[in-house]
Amino acid sequence: MAGKLKLYYFDGRGKMESIRWLLAAAGVEFEEEFLETREQYEKLLQGGSLLFQQVPMVEIDGMKMVQTRAILSYIAAKYNLYGKDLKERALIDMYVGGTDDLMSFILMFPFLSAEDKEKQRAVIVQKATSRYFPAYEKVLKDHGHDFLVGNSFSWADVHLLEAILMVEEKKSDVLSGFPQLQAFKARISSIPTIKKFLEPGSQRKPVPDDKYVETVRRVLRMYYDVKAN
Amino acid sequence: MSGKPRLTYCNGRGRMEPVRWLLAAAGVEFEEIFLETREQYEKLIKDGSLMFQQVPLVEIDGMKMVQTRAILSYIAGKYNLYGKDLKERALIDMYVEGITDLMQMILMFPFAPPEAKEKNLDSIKERATNRYFPVFEKVLKQHGQDFLVNNKFSWADVQLIEAILAVEEKIPAVLSGFPQLQAFKIRMSNMPTIKKFLQPGSPRKPPPDERYVETVLKIFKK
Repeated sequence: MAGKLKLYYFDGRGKMESIRWLLAAAGVEFEEEFLETREQYEKLLQGGSLLFQQVPMVEIDGMKMVQTRAILSYIAAKYNLYGKDLKERALIDMYVGGTDDLMSFILMFPFLSAEDKEKQRAVIVQKATSRYFPAYEKVLKDHGHDFLVGNSFSWADVHLLEAILMVEEKKSDVLSGFPQLQAFKARISSIPTIKKFLEPGSQRKPVPDDKYVETVRRVLRMYYDVKAN
Repeated sequence: MSGKPRLTYCNGRGRMEPVRWLLAAAGVEFEEIFLETREQYEKLIKDGSLMFQQVPLVEIDGMKMVQTRAILSYIAGKYNLYGKDLKERALIDMYVEGITDLMQMILMFPFAPPEAKEKNLDSIKERATNRYFPVFEKVLKQHGQDFLVNNKFSWADVQLIEAILAVEEKIPAVLSGFPQLQAFKIRMSNMPTIKKFLQPGSPRKPPPDERYVETVLKIFKK
């Protein structure tokens, strides 16, 4: 029974957001079950649904998939967003690895103390503008194509747009100095499936707030202080 | 140009060790360049060899690959260690990612302050015995096959044997209570390419020591 895709996570971005982006970009509909209570989480655990006791978990094609990267790779391949051969896949994997590292600085941002948040905001902007954005700016400049890999829309493009928008939420003019990325952002945002995802009412989640942080801490019993990396 | 893959990293395990394991398991010979000074590293950056200014770097098939996961996926795909279809690849990816989470704890271990070492060791033991090893014990028990995914040697098996040995170095009796994993460990260790890698004189690197930690901090500290 193929059925619909179902995502199990908190009602917020976290590690599931990249999966929402990719499914949306591929034009694939999905359902979501939001973890709100510890009991829900324990029920999932006891039911044996979470291979390593963790979410994200995605029910897809008869599998209960965990591990964000595994889920994303499967979706990318299934919906032809993973290049046409091993070498294109290698490039996509490299590029996604970079944007993943960049977004990981933002992932734990909501959990930091107010003081650490200010420091981390500076770190995010510094990493974006001195390490990551220049790399993708160069890729686009060197080949002059619309998309990062093989002149064809792929997972790498979706992931980069997601990263750009997230960093812009921390510093709105962060793309000044990156003309290729500005054009890329405009181009990718106007792809119909992505345009739809960027509109209100889509399954895209808002910037995480204190309520989200409380929910995660409560459900996972994660009460320790989170330190910046 | 020899045609062999060329690995650039510090002379130690770190994030490159899974790459050494996978190439060795696939029977692929490779060359290594060891970073010893900050100048070497800065030159690599200036040459534009490091897409995100980071190592590991693996030169393979005309590409300068960075990002460990990308490198490993490419090698697994190229040498037929990635399953026969999308679903097998999904399983391998899930298993590898889980093991990588465990290995991350070991990776960071030498860099933690001395007072945190005991607590970290306890965490590694707890995660290994309560979260990760039980999963693979169950997988092997349920299908009763020699390898984790569909009765065929894959990247997941290589990653798991590497992790088992790495955890055992810290917690020698960690496999007691996991008979399937004990048998798996022996089976994998006896596979010709792996057996060779486990012998002295192979490219396998020893557990990280203070000298390794010093070198890493010296080269990469901002």
